[in-house]
Amino acid sequence: MSILEWLPWERARRTAELSDELRTHLDLATADRIARGEAPAAAAANARREFGNLGLATELSRDQWGSAGMWIEQLWQDMAFALRVLRRAPAFTIAAVLTVAIGVGGSTALFSIVDATLLRPLPYPHPEQLVRVVDDYPGVGGRDVGMSIPEWHDLERSGIFSDISPCWFDNNNLSGLVRPQRVSLLIVAPNYFNLLGVAPRLGNTFDPRDPTPGFNQQAVISDGLWKRLFGGDTGVVGRVVQLDSDSYRIIGVMPRGFQAPGDTRDERGTEVWPAFGFGGAPLDDATIQSRAGLFPSAIGRLARGVTVADAQRRVDALVQSLRRQYPADYPAERDWHVRVLPLADSVAGDVGRPLLLLLGGVGVVLLIGCANIANLLLARASARGREMAVRQALGGGTSRLVRQLLTESIVLAVIGGAVGVAIVAASKHALIGVLPDSVPRVNEVAIDWRVWAFSMGASLAAGVLFGLVPALRARRVDITAVLREEGRSNTAGLARGQARHALIIVEFALSLVLLSASGLLARSMWDMLRVSFGFNPRDVTVVRTRLPYPNDASEDLYATVTEESRFVREVLRQCKTLPGVRDVALGGGAAVPLDHPYQDQTLLRVVFERAEGRSNDPLDVTGSEVTPGYFGVLGLSLKRGRLLDEHDTDASPPVVVINEAMARAFWPGQDPIGRRIKTSPRAAQWSTIVGVVADARTESLAEPVRPQVYASLYQREAKHLAIFVQGGGAPAVLERQVRDVVQSLNPSLPVFGVETLDATITASLALRRLSLVLIALFAGIALLLSAIGIYGVVAYVVSERTQEIGVRLALGAERSQVLGMVMRQELGVVIIGATGGLIGAVFLSRVLAGWVSGVRSLDPLTLTASVAVLTAVAAASCYLPARRAAGIEPVIALRG
Amino acid sequence: MQKPPVTSRMELLQGTLDFIVLQALRWGPCHGYGLAQLIRSQSGNVLQIETGSLYPALQRLLRQKAISTEWGMSENDRRVRMYRLTGKGRGRLAAERSRWEQISRAIAGLMIPPVPEDT
Repeated sequence: MSILEWLPWERARRTAELSDELRTHLDLATADRIARGEAPAAAAANARREFGNLGLATELSRDQWGSAGMWIEQLWQDMAFALRVLRRAPAFTIAAVLTVAIGVGGSTALFSIVDATLLRPLPYPHPEQLVRVVDDYPGVGGRDVGMSIPEWHDLERSGIFSDISPCWFDNNNLSGLVRPQRVSLLIVAPNYFNLLGVAPRLGNTFDPRDPTPGFNQQAVISDGLWKRLFGGDTGVVGRVVQLDSDSYRIIGVMPRGFQAPGDTRDERGTEVWPAFGFGGAPLDDATIQSRAGLFPSAIGRLARGVTVADAQRRVDALVQSLRRQYPADYPAERDWHVRVLPLADSVAGDVGRPLLLLLGGVGVVLLIGCANIANLLLARASARGREMAVRQALGGGTSRLVRQLLTESIVLAVIGGAVGVAIVAASKHALIGVLPDSVPRVNEVAIDWRVWAFSMGASLAAGVLFGLVPALRARRVDITAVLREEGRSNTAGLARGQARHALIIVEFALSLVLLSASGLLARSMWDMLRVSFGFNPRDVTVVRTRLPYPNDASEDLYATVTEESRFVREVLRQCKTLPGVRDVALGGGAAVPLDHPYQDQTLLRVVFERAEGRSNDPLDVTGSEVTPGYFGVLGLSLKRGRLLDEHDTDASPPVVVINEAMARAFWPGQDPIGRRIKTSPRAAQWSTIVGVVADARTESLAEPVRPQVYASLYQREAKHLAIFVQGGGAPAVLERQVRDVVQSLNPSLPVFGVETLDATITASLALRRLSLVLIALFAGIALLLSAIGIYGVVAYVVSERTQEIGVRLALGAERSQVLGMVMRQELGVVIIGATGGLIGAVFLSRVLAGWVSGVRSLDPLTLTASVAVLTAVAAASCYLPARRAAGIEPVIALRG
Repeated sequence: MQKPPVTSRMELLQGTLDFIVLQALRWGPCHGYGLAQLIRSQSGNVLQIETGSLYPALQRLLRQKAISTEWGMSENDRRVRMYRLTGKGRGRLAAERSRWEQISRAIAGLMIPPVPEDT
């Protein structure tokens, strides 16, 4: 049997042949009888009688053709019939298709993002071998504390990795062929591209075995930079550009769509890759040999046959032996660990959970939509009761009827799903545009077969889900009752009412879960924004610049604090004269609240002069370098002692200001003023604490404030500088004005990254806000669908009970009593749903609290409010049909 | 035509029916009506095959490739579907026949039991 025979038209042809054959049989029999002398009419009748049931013979013969073909043929018939039925009820069809389109479209949109960011393997050969390797100090709560060069060499020699390369993100000033530009730089070992297994679109990548100890003066650039700066000129390979003041030859251009597999937005946006041997200038020998974290982390390719778990085990063993070998570098309480995590996971970072949360949310909307359509189908089932009864009476098998009803639902769902995906595909770019740029790999979002398969799977599941209950109910039709037209107000109707109420319970339970999820997220956002930030972002604009860091230290114009201070003071003086500017301050990159990439994050390894009961080992504290005006511009209030001032320079003893969290943590109940700390174990001088400022949530809005040290920019240098301008013009204007100021002092310095602090705060909350908005939107849709659902059911119940209500009114019931009765019964159903939902919501809030920082694990206020909103909406949607019940005229009701 | 007495109508087991159809086709290609006639006359009007059994049997045998079919002409020039035995069908027929003979010998043995020994 070939597969061709399963095709419906092939079966139709064979069926025609078969009936032809059976008719011939009859004709031959008739002819025989006539030949034996029977009258033609009698012969035909007798032949017919002898033959038996023609239709049955055909059916039995066709049964022999195998079930697959029959199944397909029936499916074909069912689908054609379903389309006819759906066309006959356009209002129902449109409502149902739209409901599915919203649910499946939303799920598909989120799935396409989840797929690109979380599920799809990285676009490199053997992506499962790629890992990121990071250092942690779990003992002191330090994550991602950076890796040192000796540690990298230890890992390189361990045999666990076939290649491992540091990844060190930086900004740089590119000049030479074009006007000075700030570019994103990723300093890597020469084996980086070989490790990833990606070839350039033009030129070459580095020789993985290049032995140069310092920078080999070669650079690979991204396709984006190539187009942006060089207009896609193929002659750019081999040309020389300046990065800061050093010359680099461009040796290759990476292909379009190649993105550094970074764990930060900045690293993913890398435009230039220089290769560095991590064994020479500009690093000094002490840095090269130090086991203190230098660069953020490394990426590696595991040796053949090594799994991530194996690698972690072997790295753990290596770390243990290194800790024994270098006890001074790895004090026990830091509990130094090295984490090996799949590169794809590290790229996905912390967006995974919010995305899964949203996917779950839209999935719930889809479920509620299914419940609603099931309700519509049940309502239609009462209208189609006669049709079903007639078909059963004529011998339609119940399983066949169930199948046909299911096919109808699935056809409906698939149409809805296709509409949804078509909308998603058409609005793909808008969709990506909504995502905050902290979401990785959005360039890989594609509406491809995976996404289609997902959406079709979701549609099919939805179709089965909403079609199953009505289809199974159709089996229980009481044929005789329906055919005697008594099917209107009997038990079948009641049973249907129960099924519909069960669906309403499910809808309201799910709605409550979504509602409370959005409530919890809103509450956490509110908590975050309501409490004072501790700093005042109003009217403050940040403009960044970066001082060069030449490979040859003798070329460094800003090698000492004295030289840098001269520049800083001049920038301050000139910026203060800009129109509308009230105050200006400068700081290191870490001084910018809520927005500093790794290379700006200064974890100071603080050493205390007096142990005072603590261990004398260095502790990690966040720190930043600022000019004295910083506290005024950001509105950080002084609690004790004094702020930094202009007299704290490299000519005077070093001083620092700390925050209250630090004072509380290290000098509880004591006065920290006058205590001395070293801002690094290698620092030559002790710094005296001169003041304590109020806590400011400059590191994170969601998490508690951590200990913080503010050093003077006149005493401690920083290469990444932020200029804080209070007042002044629009950001674009300010950027131009500040650029003029900075470049009048040194024309080669880049000025970039202008942003108001308000915008920075908004951006830092972008993913959280998007989650909140979307979950609230889903909750709104869910509530609307549930309201429509309960409205429909109450209207149905009222119409079923018209006679009964008529009797009640005729016997003297008050209209308000009737209204109350209907409302009470329906709201009872809602309360059951809400109770179920409450259990789900409590469970969900536990999960949410673990996933999203700042969410309370049990929040009675939010839960109560959600229940109240739900009940109000339900009551409102019950009220209209219930009032109609109260308005029934007994005379008309009883007559009808 | 006279109907065979009800008592002599045999409920034909499916396997037996297939065997009979194959056996009838041994004499050469034949169409469905012809097969029904052939089987009835050869069984002395005892075996009357219902069309509701014959045609399903033919479809079953076709599916099993024991017979093949093509359009042909009947004796009185009507376009009919002619069935013929395939090689596979012939093999099957031989196997069925030896099985049939075994069974009928066994049943015959049961029907004419050896004289019981006195005990």
